Amino acid sequence: MLAVAQLTCQRGARTLFSGLSFTLPERQWIQIQGANGAGKTTLLRVLAGLVQPQEGTLTWQGQAVQECRAEWQRALLYLGHHAALKEELTPLENLRFGLGLEAMPADEAVLMNALHRFGLQEREHLPVRYLSAGQRRRVLLARLLIRPAQVWILDEPYTALDVHATQFLSAVIEDHLEQGGSAILTSHQTLGLRPGMSIAL
Amino acid sequence: MMTGFWTSMRRDLVLANRHKSEWLTALFFFVMVTNLLPLGVGPEVSLLRKIAPGVLWIGALLSTLLGLQRLFSSDHGDGTLEQMALSPVPLAWLVAGKMVTHWLVCGLPVVLMAPLLGIQFDLPTRSLGILVLSLLLGTPILSAVGALGAALTLGLRGGGALLSLLILPLYIPALIFGAGAVEADLAGISPQGHLSLLGALLVLSVFFSPWVTSLALRIALE
Repeated sequence: MLAVAQLTCQRGARTLFSGLSFTLPERQWIQIQGANGAGKTTLLRVLAGLVQPQEGTLTWQGQAVQECRAEWQRALLYLGHHAALKEELTPLENLRFGLGLEAMPADEAVLMNALHRFGLQEREHLPVRYLSAGQRRRVLLARLLIRPAQVWILDEPYTALDVHATQFLSAVIEDHLEQGGSAILTSHQTLGLRPGMSIAL
Repeated sequence: MMTGFWTSMRRDLVLANRHKSEWLTALFFFVMVTNLLPLGVGPEVSLLRKIAPGVLWIGALLSTLLGLQRLFSSDHGDGTLEQMALSPVPLAWLVAGKMVTHWLVCGLPVVLMAPLLGIQFDLPTRSLGILVLSLLLGTPILSAVGALGAALTLGLRGGGALLSLLILPLYIPALIFGAGAVEADLAGISPQGHLSLLGALLVLSVFFSPWVTSLALRIALE
């Protein structure tokens, strides 16, 4: 369980949010809503540990995140709004190196299967440079299927996806929640997910 | 931990292999700079021999600088750096892997090319050996210190020019002792003192740089 207490974050002179508290139990998901520039991405980056908040505490499984950073990083999968892919590498290589950088084993068959499930047949060996925005997004999202994590933090995961892929992504998230995981996402789209919590910034 | 280090190194090697022009440019830049100087100062052998260590070393400094600008900026631009910072593997190890690759791609070719260029400055064989040895000890320092500069100027506009201004002064000790070793040998003095100091700088920079660089990268990501 992730617990957030009295979180405050300032960017320059502007306060993005203050006194933000919530808990995220297992099998639950939170949608973060807010206008453009309200600080949704910053909140996700604070939760992931990329940005230090001015005030407030993050607790993971009852322990402050600062004290169990390695466990929190293993439990967490953060996908930002960047594609985080190398244009010169193929989708397969991107996934393999991505797992390698986290010192996780990469089984070729598992990676292939993840790419196929996201509808990237016959694209596995094509440099990412030749893929469309939606296809790049799918390569990134394929990480959801290969990198085990309890908490998914997804920044605008539905961007650039077509109807079919949107439905598939919702099914993947639903599966993850079913298996005891939890998720935090920002999205402007209505999602075909079970009712979840919502935070407005 | 080692898996992360090797992956980070291998990934950059694969990328360098698909972007051959980038490191070949650095190498040819080295060749050009060291070739232009003799053309400028004239073909007097004793003068050429005198300036050779300095010219070759300055060429090495400038050419490693070329590869540094892109060391972290492409990873920063496409979000890979965020994923690296979130990895359970300490960021310093991943950074160390990138530094090693930078040296293999930008430093090692310079070391291998240097004796060839030294011949046209009429350096004696013994001094050529010392030149290679000094560059072998010195170029990893350039990669290690340069990575820190690249991390500090990450995300700044005009970061490239600032990087040069920031890093070149920090290269001075390596330049003095590196070129000094070859000059000492030319003058008939033992270059051992210079080489030992260069070795000490190498140990110091390779040990501390990945750690400090990873701290700078975390600040750049905020």
